[in-house]
Amino acid sequence: MTDGVIDNEALEGPALAGGSVRDYVALLKPRVMSLVVFSGFAGMVVAPGHLHPLLALVAVLCIAIASGAAGAINMWYDRDIDALMDRTAGRPIPQGRVPAAEALAFGIVLTIASVALMGLALNWVAAGLLALASAFYIFIYTMWLKRRTPQNIVIGGAAGAFPPMIGWAAATGEVSIASIVLFALIFFWTPPHFWALAIFRRLDYQHAGVPMLPVVAGEAETKRQMLIYTLILLPLATAPYFLGIGGLAYLAGSLVLGGLFVACAIATLRSQDHKPAKRMFAFSILYLFLLFALLIGDHLAT
Amino acid sequence: MTIDGIEMTQKPARRHGADTEVHRRQRGKNLATLAALLGFVVLVYFVAMIRMSGGSFP
Repeated sequence: MTDGVIDNEALEGPALAGGSVRDYVALLKPRVMSLVVFSGFAGMVVAPGHLHPLLALVAVLCIAIASGAAGAINMWYDRDIDALMDRTAGRPIPQGRVPAAEALAFGIVLTIASVALMGLALNWVAAGLLALASAFYIFIYTMWLKRRTPQNIVIGGAAGAFPPMIGWAAATGEVSIASIVLFALIFFWTPPHFWALAIFRRLDYQHAGVPMLPVVAGEAETKRQMLIYTLILLPLATAPYFLGIGGLAYLAGSLVLGGLFVACAIATLRSQDHKPAKRMFAFSILYLFLLFALLIGDHLAT
Repeated sequence: MTIDGIEMTQKPARRHGADTEVHRRQRGKNLATLAALLGFVVLVYFVAMIRMSGGSFP
């Protein structure tokens, strides 16, 4: 009897404390945040005009915090299926380290603070886009599409495509063709990136009842569609050169990277095991990082 | 010592251990919240200075 009481206290102790600082940082999905921040920074750097360095830092901070806050709200909403998947079962809410309501409050407060700060420090076009990206991720992707359609990450992927457009708007106060092209780059990059993950995590998604394309249409159809998206991305990635926001180094780099991405998709299509899909997932992250690094490098060199 | 026939001799010592852990986590979160709020205030101050100076601050 006494031991039973002590065991319960040991379990409830951390939950009553509401988790550690590290758990709250984990709610912000820091690994996802890094690519979001980098693409947002790239949009800001290549945009015409000059931005005070501190204001640029504030803009990047707002994009990072809003992205993390949307991730926390996503973890609050998806806590039931997160507990069922190996990849997400270790997150703070399914582990009982952070109460679900606290995660939701944490996400809402940070979203409001980051959008308000963006509007006051930079401009309300950037703040509006930031709010739109967060709303799209939470309401359109997480709550509406994710559990209903295999096109969840195709349409929902728009949420992750906003950061360079937000960065551009922070610097210029407007939306232009060039910023829409940067948006389109990430939009068309998202399906092959996530489907590569979904192929080698298919059983996880199947177990949780999430209708990812490999679960619903099978791996062969998914691989075929991944190849189509990489083939669209190959010429699309050269567009920044023709719009004057990327130089020759960017043009050459985008063609090489695009060719390698297509090669990854072909290798995945031809293979029966999951190794090429894992390689493609890893390369897709490197691809987007290098593409935006080339844009930044080209801009700083000229 | 018994309460309603339940042996309580070991409970205070063990509860103290759990309370220490709860307080340690709470203190960590309080300090992180303090740092975030102070950072926010400093940031808003400098943003206001930059906006009022038309971008020429400092």
